[in-house]
Amino acid sequence: MNPGSLELKDVTLAFGTGLNAVIALKDLSLSVGGGEFLSILGPSGCGKSSLISTVAGFQPPYAGTLLVDGEAVTKPGSDRGVVFQQPTLFPWKTVRQNVDFGLRLRGVSRPERQSLREEILAKVGLSEFGGHYPTQLSGGMQQRVGLARVLVNKPRVMLMDEPFSSLDAQTRLMMQELLLEVWSEYQMTVLFVTHDIDEAVFLGSRVAVLTRRPGRLKEMIPVGLARPRTLDMLVSPELMRMKKHCMALVREETLGSLGRDFKAPHDATTYRNTFLKEAAGMPA
Amino acid sequence: MNTEIASEEIEAAPNLAWRGLPGLRRIAIRTVALIAFLGLWQVASATKSRFIINFAFVPPPTTVAKSAAEFVLSPKAPHHVINSVRRVLVGFGLSALVAVPLGLAIGRSRLVKDILVTPLELMRPIPGVAWIPLAILMFPTSEQSMIFICFIGALFPILLSTVHGVENLDRKLVYAAQTLGAKNWHIFTEVIFPGSLPSIVTGLSIGMGISWFLVVTAEMVAGRFGVGYFTWEAYTLQNYSDIVVGMLVIGVLGMTSSLLVKLLGAQLMPWHRHMGHQR
Repeated sequence: MNPGSLELKDVTLAFGTGLNAVIALKDLSLSVGGGEFLSILGPSGCGKSSLISTVAGFQPPYAGTLLVDGEAVTKPGSDRGVVFQQPTLFPWKTVRQNVDFGLRLRGVSRPERQSLREEILAKVGLSEFGGHYPTQLSGGMQQRVGLARVLVNKPRVMLMDEPFSSLDAQTRLMMQELLLEVWSEYQMTVLFVTHDIDEAVFLGSRVAVLTRRPGRLKEMIPVGLARPRTLDMLVSPELMRMKKHCMALVREETLGSLGRDFKAPHDATTYRNTFLKEAAGMPA
Repeated sequence: MNTEIASEEIEAAPNLAWRGLPGLRRIAIRTVALIAFLGLWQVASATKSRFIINFAFVPPPTTVAKSAAEFVLSPKAPHHVINSVRRVLVGFGLSALVAVPLGLAIGRSRLVKDILVTPLELMRPIPGVAWIPLAILMFPTSEQSMIFICFIGALFPILLSTVHGVENLDRKLVYAAQTLGAKNWHIFTEVIFPGSLPSIVTGLSIGMGISWFLVVTAEMVAGRFGVGYFTWEAYTLQNYSDIVVGMLVIGVLGMTSSLLVKLLGAQLMPWHRHMGHQR
């Protein structure tokens, strides 16, 4: 099996203390195979980003266990690369220096660094921009540098927190294709958080739909689209069917968080009742 | 489609040609304004105007220009200038050496902050000039006390800007560095320090201004040489035009030093030159 398997058992995440404490995730259990592309979908504020922070090691879980390849995550490390929602490049470093950063810290020799860097920059189509500073690049180009900066370290797991959400539709589509390309080439595990249903289905091998806060796994949906994914799949009946299903799930959660009633097409009503009972302190 | 764009270009072209002229016009207006300002000063001094401001002892620009030329050519001029510049540079330099590392430490470590924040907050509102009497008592030579005054005046703006720079740095940049394998030392040298530099440079240029302000004051009180001493000496010797010459020299030196700080900043932060293009 490929490296980069992920095991979450009853993970609970909380911010703040006392009365101000917010429970972001509650008893979330997930199992992701090495080399899998898992999309994580959920209503806004459901703790999707918190999940990324925890796997990255920025924030320890409040309870539960989190294993990467069988080892507990305690701190951030270059085996788990993160692509943030904003490109988050070092503004004082050129594109080249940004991509070099991880290699340099690991003590990779200069000639080797150069060949790895140029290879990855060519892959993301930025060979000619090595000497530019991030602010001289467009948003899409910056995000490609962010991707290259992570890929060059050959991480086992790549964590992506709505990385394309601030890009325009055309650029986003190009980035999605690029991501699929490098994913199949590098054979790493990808956790891809998004609120865009098309994106989640088009990219992922499975889609994990989370509930509203405190986030739990609502449904795990295997995606029935073949690999490699092609653009015409975006309008395929299979994608449409899945989109409809995901939309219903997410909408149910969004409306639920607003306190509105929702006529659920399937077992959501039972779920909601359970949730309400729990919230009121009654046994489920 | 193409013809439309072409016609727009033709229409836009003459506008571009005219754009150079308003620049020249503004330069002309500024020059005339400067001449008018000097002319009014000349008239007020020549007629010994007493309208609100007493111009009886204010030398006219022509006299000042003559004294300035004499000062520049006199052997004592470099002596005064060098003494002041040295005091500022030593005091300011020490201040930067202390305040930047201290600010980085305070911004980064809660323990260091808790230890230092109370004494520093107590000292911060005390203006530099208020330190003059105590500084004279604390140091064996007046030279050292003047340097100390420059030091203490520049310390707080540099310190506060550095702390501000560290605390306002995007946490995500530190996270990004960590996920790329950076440990504490590299986070400090590769992220925290360059990320705080814009704010540090702002602090340095404010600190430089305050150092100049204070060296002049301290020299008036305790100096033997220096442009502040020269200005005050001119007053006591009733060389009124030398007062204005001293003021002008102080102005030029202050302006030059803040320009140097700006150039240093541009040199240290090449990425900042490109910031204007986007955002």
